[in-house]
Amino acid sequence: MTPSLTVQRAGPLTTVQDRGRPGLLHAGVSASGPMDPARLAIANALVGNAPDAAALEFAGPGGRYTVSAPVRIAAVGDVAVTIGGRAVPAWQSHPVTPGQRLELGAPQDGVWGYLAIAGGLDTPPVLGARATHLRTGLGGLDGRVLRSGDTVPLGAATVEEGAPHLRLRRPWRPVESAIRVLAGPQADHFDEAAWDRLLSEPYRISPARDRMAQMLEGPVLTAHRGHDIVSDGTPMGSVQVPGSGQPMVLMAERQTTGGYPKMAVVASVDLPRLAQMPTGQVVRFTRVDRDTAEDLLIAERRALRALLDGLVPAEGWRPDTPLLLDVNLIDGVVGDLDGGSA
Amino acid sequence: MTTAPRILPAGDQALTVEFADRIDDAINQRVIALADSLEQSPIPGLLECVPTYRSLLVLYDPEVTRGRDLSAALLERARAQTRATTIHRLWRVPMVFGGAAGLDLETLAADKGLSVANLIAAFTAPEYRVHMIGFAPGFAYLGGLPEALHTPRLPKPRQRVEAGAIGIGGQQANINSVPGPSGWRFLGRTPLRLFDPERAEPFLMRAGDRVRFEPIDIATAERLDAAVAAGTTIVEPDIR
Repeated sequence: MTPSLTVQRAGPLTTVQDRGRPGLLHAGVSASGPMDPARLAIANALVGNAPDAAALEFAGPGGRYTVSAPVRIAAVGDVAVTIGGRAVPAWQSHPVTPGQRLELGAPQDGVWGYLAIAGGLDTPPVLGARATHLRTGLGGLDGRVLRSGDTVPLGAATVEEGAPHLRLRRPWRPVESAIRVLAGPQADHFDEAAWDRLLSEPYRISPARDRMAQMLEGPVLTAHRGHDIVSDGTPMGSVQVPGSGQPMVLMAERQTTGGYPKMAVVASVDLPRLAQMPTGQVVRFTRVDRDTAEDLLIAERRALRALLDGLVPAEGWRPDTPLLLDVNLIDGVVGDLDGGSA
Repeated sequence: MTTAPRILPAGDQALTVEFADRIDDAINQRVIALADSLEQSPIPGLLECVPTYRSLLVLYDPEVTRGRDLSAALLERARAQTRATTIHRLWRVPMVFGGAAGLDLETLAADKGLSVANLIAAFTAPEYRVHMIGFAPGFAYLGGLPEALHTPRLPKPRQRVEAGAIGIGGQQANINSVPGPSGWRFLGRTPLRLFDPERAEPFLMRAGDRVRFEPIDIATAERLDAAVAAGTTIVEPDIR
């Protein structure tokens, strides 16, 4: 029987995501995929998955799960993780056996957390990928968020059963700085005063946010050449300004074309950081040129590859202890499901 | 009138090649010709092209090519590319007018001072061109709508319009590809599905295709609906 993950209690916004579905913008389909690609990559690497494996992305509480076969899991984000009632650290892999509850809290260091399981989530690929695109109902589990009672099939793990559990050699923490932006296709629809405003005034993360766009609240940005353009292509991270003058940043599930002027584009290295900002936080923007932003992106990709190539055994991992026995002694598998805290 | 293409900035992984800032058939043909050229002889590092009315969005990998080098290469290619591709596909789209999907047929005819029959005749007379696919999976924006039929969108969009509905928005026509809210004015529908992720070819149309609407009656539409539901291909394009 195919191993599976069962959702005992769903979080409010949990979806199946892989790296996304690139190559279909010309057909009206945005790539979808993770709001924070580095975190998804880390979660997959910690459980020995290929970078294109599908995992869960969650915002708010991550939910409660059980598995039908022994698996290894890793939660990424500063998330409270309990397995069989025992608190274990995020950012490293752990065993979970059938009968144990896996419970995930909400990310404390952002909005979007990830749960990878060895073997990956094996929902049917749609248009070449498993990533859920909620706006169009494509991919993942029936194109929707997970609900309590759902069962998600798991792929076969490639990691050997006795292999060490893994953690990062050093934490993956983005820099603390203003959000860097580049000129957008309609940068010249905005005069110097509007640009000064964007780069000097505070903008606030609005509660109006989803996987499609992040709305911002702040001083009105007026396009002196008007807020309607002949629709053109919308790059990821576009800072689009409709007639309201309130900017919005286009994300993973954006519409592929749009008729509002795109004043700026958020630097690729800073877009996940913007996505991770809690609602109400003040954002400051600063402008960089394209060469600088490209250099930052290339450097970040190299740093992430180096980090993932140098994973180290998790603390407390002992090669000579049978994992199941360890778990049994500490938790007692029997009664875990009935006896655990609600 | 031709304008020199120019490069617009679009971040650190994309560029826009802009030919003009208006809707114009000749401009759109140049956009699509550039996209075709880049597909046939790709530039290393170029990942994806998105043709729209009057510009081409190009995605690239800065680890393979830098934006400044790609800008130069794209401009050179765009300037050399003055002729539109000659081969294209023509779709003969069966369309049933009125009924539940053609909510605006009679109102629009009245607004335009036309009989319903004359409105249908005017709408089916031209050969349309797919200017771009965008907004939603497989959603086709069609250029070529007769000026007499240009109509602004509804001030308040309808909550749900079905896939296959055919309508007018401003100076364009469209075929709805997925159910969803829409402010367009709808005249009828086609049993054709522009998007079906289960199909071998999920997307029926692409930018540059031509479209003719051919009126059918409700009985024919229902027969075609059943064929589509059974997975049968009901229309093949003419290659010209």
